[in-house]
Amino acid sequence: MPRALRSILANLPYIGLLALALALPSLLGNAYYIQVAIFIGIYIILVLSLNLLNGYIGLLSIGHAAFYGIGAYASAKLMMEAGLPFILAMPAAGLISAAFGYLIAKPTLKLSGIYLTLATLGFNMILFLVLQSWMSFTNGPLGIMGIPQPSLFGREISSRPQYYYLILALVLLTLFSMQRLLNCRFGRALLAIREDQLAAEAMGIHAARYKIQAFVLAAFYAGIAGSFYAHFVKFISPDSFYIYESFILLAMLALGGQGNLVGPMVGAAVLVLIPELFRFLQEYRMIVYGSVLIVMMLVRRQGLLGGKNYSLRLTWFDPPAEKKYYRGDKFLPEE
Amino acid sequence: MFEQLINGLTQGSVYALLALGFTLIFGTLRMVTFAHGEVYMVGAYVGFEIIRLLAPSFMLAILVALAATALLGVIIEILSFHFLRDAPHVTSLLVTIGISILLINLAQLIWGPETKSIPYALLDQLDYGEFEIWGVYITYLQIAVLMVTVLLMTALYLLINKTKLGMVIRATAQDYEAAYAMGVNVNVVFSMAFAIGSMLGGVAGVLIGVYYNLFYPTMGQLYGLKAFSASVVGGLMSLPGSVVAGLLIGVIETFAVEFGASSLRHMISFLFMILILLFRPSGLFGGKELIQARGD
Repeated sequence: MPRALRSILANLPYIGLLALALALPSLLGNAYYIQVAIFIGIYIILVLSLNLLNGYIGLLSIGHAAFYGIGAYASAKLMMEAGLPFILAMPAAGLISAAFGYLIAKPTLKLSGIYLTLATLGFNMILFLVLQSWMSFTNGPLGIMGIPQPSLFGREISSRPQYYYLILALVLLTLFSMQRLLNCRFGRALLAIREDQLAAEAMGIHAARYKIQAFVLAAFYAGIAGSFYAHFVKFISPDSFYIYESFILLAMLALGGQGNLVGPMVGAAVLVLIPELFRFLQEYRMIVYGSVLIVMMLVRRQGLLGGKNYSLRLTWFDPPAEKKYYRGDKFLPEE
Repeated sequence: MFEQLINGLTQGSVYALLALGFTLIFGTLRMVTFAHGEVYMVGAYVGFEIIRLLAPSFMLAILVALAATALLGVIIEILSFHFLRDAPHVTSLLVTIGISILLINLAQLIWGPETKSIPYALLDQLDYGEFEIWGVYITYLQIAVLMVTVLLMTALYLLINKTKLGMVIRATAQDYEAAYAMGVNVNVVFSMAFAIGSMLGGVAGVLIGVYYNLFYPTMGQLYGLKAFSASVVGGLMSLPGSVVAGLLIGVIETFAVEFGASSLRHMISFLFMILILLFRPSGLFGGKELIQARGD
């Protein structure tokens, strides 16, 4: 068989999933359902970015919504006041968020474990309070209204299906970039640090530098998600970025499982869908999230799909290597 | 000015009580609990119901709240720590986040999301006078809050340093495996420490609830997080440290409002915490000598 054909056959499940994702708006039909799908997309990016920290390098961040919020406000402000086009505002929002990530990570990563977690919490609270009280810039608790629609290559994005395809593209981009990142030296170094920081450092891995890089990257992805959120909902207020939002992300990660790319997606999808599917649960949404956290931690700490290696390797891009290294391996291959 | 100092101390003493509970729990179990603010909220609501339904007595409200939050503390300890002692730190922390979310929403179901107050007819019976010293008005309630706090802190100091239970708690805090080997029932000690810490939080809830006469399901969130930063500022493991840090944060907050920086008010404790984490992670007074209340 020619290699191209073999690749297509090997990737059949992915191609099927992709086709399903592409056809989803017409399958769902109803604009409301499409909106739910869009929110699943936003949360998938957020939880994947949190997974980079909690799942891959073992840094517990409980203030991840802060970067989501920075992205949202930055993007809205850049478009409304600096007049930047959407295609520049979104990456700029990601970069601003990443810059904040650097500012937080650089000094705090000296701290170990629990202290870092506390610093992320403190940062989330401070950000929330700043957004709430800086009336002249953020309009305080009233939030920013009338955020413009994004337009890409001269086309206004206004209908639900258009937004859906935009978030789908972003999710695929996130997945693709993360897959590539996590399978190169960078990703293996993160895993090595998670498994045993001392051993990793003995192997010549600069743990502090990798941690900062991972933190900045996670902040970048969250900022992108925030930017999309701002232009989709067209209204942002500090309440959307309170620590509760961070806790929801943690619940999604805890449910789906961390340390691979599939678990976070499943967790995000399930926890967005549950309150939508069972309308009577709508009022008890937070109770569901709280219970999920408790039950998952007590019963299945690694999450539904955690602790396993679900390879998302596309053989088309990435022909199987001669020699295989597994994610659990403590040693790193020479490059 | 003096009046503001008294206000700040009243506020700060409640932060200190909450921070003490936090510190006791972290010092003994080495776990961070995020449900502490919600224990405080439950304590406040219990006090509210006692005053509303049973009798307008401050003391009775505090006693019942003590019992209720001790029980709640034991339940939280079992859920978040007992089964998860060998699990990574993160696991317990996530469970307490879950419990915190759960408790807030249960309170919302039981008492509704709106703010409740004790009716004025009942409040009058709580003996709400004020008196004047050097031209400063101080309410009896402020005196009561300060007195209860001092009383509890003294009781905790004596308990930790002078009783057998205190010795056992200190031993477990230092090295629970060694304590276990010496015949200490560490399971009971963990539960006790959590219960005592929660009781302090519950009393703080009654005090602040009655002081401001406002009860709402999310009342514990900001308080819990602030107390938490007070505990970090104090060094996370030092009981005197968290008292000083709690009082300090209370006084600084009050003066910030006095000098017109009221938007900064809630930020102060978190800024303080981050600065301490960056420049002095071992806390204001340094040292990691566990929950040693004495300077030995």
